[in-house]
Amino acid sequence: MKKEMDLKDKLISSFMAFENNVDIEHPVHDVRTEAMKNFEMKGFPSKKEEAWKYTSLKGLEKIDFSIFPKEENALEYRDVKRYFLHEIDTYKIVFIDGIYSSYLSETTHDGVDICLMSSALTKPMYKPVIDVYFNKVASSDESLTSLNTAFSREGAYIYIPKNKIPKKPIEIIHFATGNEASLLLQPRNLIIAEENAELQVIERHQSLTSNDVLSNSVTEIFAAENAIVDYYKIQNDNSKASLIDNTYIDQKSRSVVKIHTFSFGGKLIRNNLNFYQNGERIDSTMKGVTILGEKQHVDHHTLVHHKQPNCESHQDYKGIYGENSTGVFNGKIIVDKIAQKTDAFQQNNNILISDKATINSKPQLEIFADDVKCSHGCTIGQLDEEALFYLQSRGIPKREARALLMYAFANNVLESVRIPELKTRINKLIAKKLGVNLGFNL
Amino acid sequence: MAYTEEELKKELETKEYEYGFYTDIESDTFPKGLNEEIVIAISKKKNEPEWMTLWRLEAFKYWKEMEEPEWANVTYKKPDFQNISYYSAPNSKPKYDSLDEVDPELLETFKKLGISVDEQKKLAGVAVDIVMDSVSVTTTFKKTLAEKGIIFCSISEAIQEHPELVKKYIGSVVPKRDNFYAALNSAVFSDGSFCYIPKGVRCPMELSTYFRINQAGTGQFERTLVIAEEGSYVSYLEGCTAPSRDENQLHAAVVELIALDDAEIKYSTVQNWFPGGKDGKGGVFNFVTKRGICEKNAKISWTQVETGSAVTWKYPSCILKGDNSIGEFYSIAVTNNFQQADTGTKMIHLGKNTRSTIISKGISAGKSQNSYRGLVQINSRAENARNFSQCDSLLMGNECGAHTFPYIEAKNKTAQIEHEATTSKIGEDQIFYCNQRGIDTEKAIALIVNGFSKEVLNKLPMEFAVEAQKLLEISLEGSVG
Repeated sequence: MKKEMDLKDKLISSFMAFENNVDIEHPVHDVRTEAMKNFEMKGFPSKKEEAWKYTSLKGLEKIDFSIFPKEENALEYRDVKRYFLHEIDTYKIVFIDGIYSSYLSETTHDGVDICLMSSALTKPMYKPVIDVYFNKVASSDESLTSLNTAFSREGAYIYIPKNKIPKKPIEIIHFATGNEASLLLQPRNLIIAEENAELQVIERHQSLTSNDVLSNSVTEIFAAENAIVDYYKIQNDNSKASLIDNTYIDQKSRSVVKIHTFSFGGKLIRNNLNFYQNGERIDSTMKGVTILGEKQHVDHHTLVHHKQPNCESHQDYKGIYGENSTGVFNGKIIVDKIAQKTDAFQQNNNILISDKATINSKPQLEIFADDVKCSHGCTIGQLDEEALFYLQSRGIPKREARALLMYAFANNVLESVRIPELKTRINKLIAKKLGVNLGFNL
Repeated sequence: MAYTEEELKKELETKEYEYGFYTDIESDTFPKGLNEEIVIAISKKKNEPEWMTLWRLEAFKYWKEMEEPEWANVTYKKPDFQNISYYSAPNSKPKYDSLDEVDPELLETFKKLGISVDEQKKLAGVAVDIVMDSVSVTTTFKKTLAEKGIIFCSISEAIQEHPELVKKYIGSVVPKRDNFYAALNSAVFSDGSFCYIPKGVRCPMELSTYFRINQAGTGQFERTLVIAEEGSYVSYLEGCTAPSRDENQLHAAVVELIALDDAEIKYSTVQNWFPGGKDGKGGVFNFVTKRGICEKNAKISWTQVETGSAVTWKYPSCILKGDNSIGEFYSIAVTNNFQQADTGTKMIHLGKNTRSTIISKGISAGKSQNSYRGLVQINSRAENARNFSQCDSLLMGNECGAHTFPYIEAKNKTAQIEHEATTSKIGEDQIFYCNQRGIDTEKAIALIVNGFSKEVLNKLPMEFAVEAQKLLEISLEGSVG
């Protein structure tokens, strides 16, 4: 209990130090100060709160995190090449211990802006955009988002103007090197796709150390009319790294936003995906594959708020839980009174493969409109013994047969990955995670 | 069915709460307020042994420390617990052997309710233990039941005559400090039913009680305890109606079911308390704790049709403790006008090979809010547990809301859980099809709603199924425009 006060207090006092390093005259700083007040009032969420019923931050709060990284820590590209999607050419925004690494990055201002939050927050030319979009969809009520907002300074800034499509996918990668005994990172991303714009983003958090790392990340995505955003989150970190990911998406008419989350590792992962549909004929898709072992914990929290008529949302989360792992799925669909003809679908399928694994699932519907099609399905079960026997009788060893079945189980989600190289990469990760040497290039 | 179209029409015209009358029986009511003296006085009034008084006082102590729960998806003005009278009993105290001796005014009440104890006795073979404002006034068929060794009486009588059974089981499923309302009930419960089925006995008739809130400003705190010994079977019915009243009435009942090895308990409820006026004024607050425990191979089945009450907060649950035990929950919840319902179930799987089924149908109309809230929990030792849940919601009009909050927690890899939920409205094509065949819209809707609820209605005993069907029609009348 006392320790918890310490981390909160430490953050509060660090805020003063933080103020010495940023332009406090900039209007964004008012937003930060407001957010800090909210965090001060609310503190870290506890298990008593309904939204945090199954995920405890107590353990993390006990760690004495460094809030400001000391210095830039250089990495050689060849050492970290495997964390990039190196098979294809991509734009790269790379951070090492929270500090931008120009050496590993590849940004652009050629027709589109793929650059840094720190420049967007300081340079006058970006001010009109920041004024319109910064912290406009992110919750000002949620305490961890507020904490991020208060310390927001660095992250990715992506602005795709009307009718533009960047030439290649964008990778956002955060490395932690262990320069500090324990490190708290708070990246803040802002992604804007104007009318008819289209982009693909791959986000990854990677710790290269056995020291504790906690990332409290906030991403705001704005998709204007007809925009298409394809977003992939790869979460395959080591057992000392935790991630709290807060993503807020504002969609206008006829936009399509798809978020895929692949959670294969980490100490504690909490994904908060919040979709707000502010227009008609919107498509929002959330898909996820979770394969966990050890004492890992993943909590997927999704919210889709249908505010206008004729929109769709699709959710499909598959989870395979082994050893002492814990999985949580909490999906919430809200359909407002005027959001008639909504088509909302939510599915969560889980397989428990160990006696000590736990899954908690809470799919929720809150519906105020009558002419809607809303459904959710949730299952918890095992692999089909007969299918397993069938494969074995055809000479496939049990381990591979099991892996094949599990791969098939997750395949629905993989199918919609639109970057072929990324798909291959994820296939390999799944094979590795399932402990087999199969390519799954079926 | 003897129920004709004309009758329905007439009923629909007078769709205001039809049982809204008030029986004037000189009653012996306690002053408003709640403190230790009142608790002791209630206990004394009922001639309770000392252990019972102490038990109540302990519950009261817990209650004082507890806070009213706020997590449910309902909003209402919290009752002022000091502004309620905690005891009221009809005055004509002595027990009767035959109906002739019963206060004629009371009999008249039953007649208006359409119960007719006499008729039911003969025709349906139902023993009715009528609870009129908290005290059992008449118990019929007791003798027939006594021959089989079945005890079916009021709980106060059971405390006097079978203290060993009551002492052993009361509070064993719903502990005194379980929740705010359960604690309140434990402290001040006025009466209720007690039922004990001996080993290997199959109860030959449906047991039923009619609850009625009668005295103005009197809270009703029923306590029901059903014990089914090894290998026995009982089907228990509970139905409720209440007079119209302007101020909110509180009802906080506790029902405990104990199904020992190989026993089966079927518990059916039709609840039609005053739902409040069309303007959302008045109505009963229904905060009920119902729970059953299943030992080896036992089965508990809850069936409920909830059409009344302004605010409902009710989660009939099963603790599947014994291996191979079964829990079932079938529910229809209808809300209209300003009604709010937050209802569902909890299935706690502890034993091996335990199975549970949840079928919940929610129908919301008018400006009402209808929520399903359920928990399916598979503990780590519950090998091969199986659950199937289905929650369907039907929305009528665009001012109401349907919500589902299912909690699914699995800690065993052999668990198999399926959960499905859908939300829909009555299709215009369905209504058109009926219209085209000469069925008017009102009737068509009743037909479709009945079809929607069929899976649950089928689980009710015959007499109740007819009544429930009627209730559905009346509750939804005028909700489609």
